[in-house]
Amino acid sequence: MIELAGIRRAYHVGNQDVYALSDVDLTIERGDYVSIMGPSGSGKSTLLNIIGLLDRPDQGAYRLDEQDVTTLTDDQQAGVRQRTMGFVFQFFHLIPRLSAADNIALPLVLAGVPADERRTRVDAVLADMGLSDRAEHRPEELSGGQRQRVAIARAVIMRPSILLADEPTGNLDRHTGEEVVTLLEGLHASGLTLLVVTHDPALGHRAGRQLRMEDGRIISDTQSQPAP
Amino acid sequence: MTFADLFRLTLPALSAHKTRSALTGLGIAIGIAAVVLLTSIGEGVRHYVLTEFTQFGTHLIAINPGKTTTMGTPIGTIASARPLTLQDAESLAAVRGVEAVVPFVQGNAETKFESRRRRTNIYGVGPEMPRVFQLPVASGRFLPPDDPRTARAFVVLGAKITRELFPGVNPLGQHLRIDNSRFTVIGTMASKGQVLGFDLDDAVYVPAARAQELFNRNGLMEVDVLYREDMETETVAAGIKRLMTARHGQEDFTLTTQEQMLDTLGSILGVLTFAVGALGGISLLVGGVGILTILTITVRERTGEIGLLRALGATHAQVLWLFLAESVILAGLGGAAGLVIGVGGAALLHALAPALPVHTPWYYVALAEVIALSIGLLSGVLPARHAAKMDPVEALRAE
Ligand SMILES: Nc1ncnc2c1ncn2[C@@H]1O[C@H](COP(=O)(O)OP(=O)(O)O)[C@@H](O)[C@H]1O
Ligand SMILES: [Mg+2]
Repeated sequence: MIELAGIRRAYHVGNQDVYALSDVDLTIERGDYVSIMGPSGSGKSTLLNIIGLLDRPDQGAYRLDEQDVTTLTDDQQAGVRQRTMGFVFQFFHLIPRLSAADNIALPLVLAGVPADERRTRVDAVLADMGLSDRAEHRPEELSGGQRQRVAIARAVIMRPSILLADEPTGNLDRHTGEEVVTLLEGLHASGLTLLVVTHDPALGHRAGRQLRMEDGRIISDTQSQPAP
Repeated sequence: MTFADLFRLTLPALSAHKTRSALTGLGIAIGIAAVVLLTSIGEGVRHYVLTEFTQFGTHLIAINPGKTTTMGTPIGTIASARPLTLQDAESLAAVRGVEAVVPFVQGNAETKFESRRRRTNIYGVGPEMPRVFQLPVASGRFLPPDDPRTARAFVVLGAKITRELFPGVNPLGQHLRIDNSRFTVIGTMASKGQVLGFDLDDAVYVPAARAQELFNRNGLMEVDVLYREDMETETVAAGIKRLMTARHGQEDFTLTTQEQMLDTLGSILGVLTFAVGALGGISLLVGGVGILTILTITVRERTGEIGLLRALGATHAQVLWLFLAESVILAGLGGAAGLVIGVGGAALLHALAPALPVHTPWYYVALAEVIALSIGLLSGVLPARHAAKMDPVEALRAE
């Protein structure tokens, strides 16, 4: 469970304070599917980064699964990220020198998982994503959709409980984007908490809970009826 | 993250920019090659000089007339200094620890056998000379232990004189003229070749008293003392000094121990090797700066990756090591290439100029590689720390 209370994140630009987030209160239950929409610069990425422990709020409290995580050190936060968070980015962020399989294995390498266990886990995820025949391909040899699937595979290889996707379809055509969202929804269905930032209202409305942001605040928070 | 993983992640990064990596590694390679080559030459020279010096043995003390200061300028050699005499030399045998004493007078004279003549070195010495200087006799025997003052006119021939004056003739028992004195040949020396510029083969050995007569001198040029291996050099030297001062009434002589000489020589040559090596070290420094530059560029290029790594749970230390590994491996590979070039160059030099002594001790090679790795580590630290300290959000945004 994610509990944010009174979260503020300010940037000093010149001699002015720009509030990327101001007084955000938000609780997200385990297994929720939340979409975050809003105009550019409204603080969506900042919110996701704070939830993902990549960024620290200037004010407010963040409790993750009943634990206060704002007071953790950088390396402790890295540990929490490693165990509980999976990230999917708009620009995939794959390492161009490494094969698809090696990109997916990267979190396991950082976590110190032995090589043979890595191989079986990577093979399994590749199969789930329908990428088995692309294992040895470099990112540049893959299509956009395939790249994002590799990135999603990398995000879930550590079996996190929360998946954070910041405009995961922003760099894909509509059809491929829908495939990727379907894939993410499949992961949500298997129990993951899913947070998706998107510009696309059609995709945003597929989430069970929809947040709208403006000027660093959440201006609406609606639960839609699950599609019959 | 294991070492193997670090390697697996780093090598593709290096091979992604082959030319760049090769050039950066080359900087270190040239530095290491220069260090190895130059220290090989320095060490070779040191080795050469020291073996030349120690082939006479190391437990020697030389006594010369006149007092020399530590700076090497003779003082008080004027009227008051008394010459070293054969009696002085004889009396030294009584000093504790002394095994053998050789008086020494040297000059140049014409030797003549039948119609053959040759100008050569005349060494006036004592019967103990072969033992003290480890110069073996080839045939016959060396000078007998006569009373040094009335020693008989015997001569022992160096190898070259034997060849030149007695071709096809057994010299033993023959009479040799030195200037106008007649000497009986009683032995020949084994060939020794050049030692520090002295041709010991182009020489004849006669009793010191006879050489004094030939050259009309009343003193000795030097007295050499061989002492027991189990004795402290200082003890023996002190004993000699005490006795000689008592005999002469003052310290009008100079002692030089072989140990002192080797120490001084060794440290001078060691400094030389070090200085020459340090010269090569300058190019290593340049190589290190090259790595620093390239790694700084690399960190900037891969800012997005750094953000990603942090998002995937990498700690500061892991990011640090990922970049440090890159500079260390680069420097290590460059260093290894430099070793090959350096050792190969030393061997080539040796083949092309056999006269130039070249010596590459294995620990220099190991040390050079350790230095290369340390340089990689040192020049990687700044950029790698920069990478490790990056804010992940900023870093992710960079792409
Ligand atoms: N490093 C930064 N320096 C200054 N302002 C920033 C920085 N990062 C974000 N901001 C500002 O914070 C606000 C929120 O940004 P962001 O969360 O990226 O918005 P969104 O993802 O909704 O487009 C914007 O006004 C943006 O300009
Ligand atoms: Mg954004």
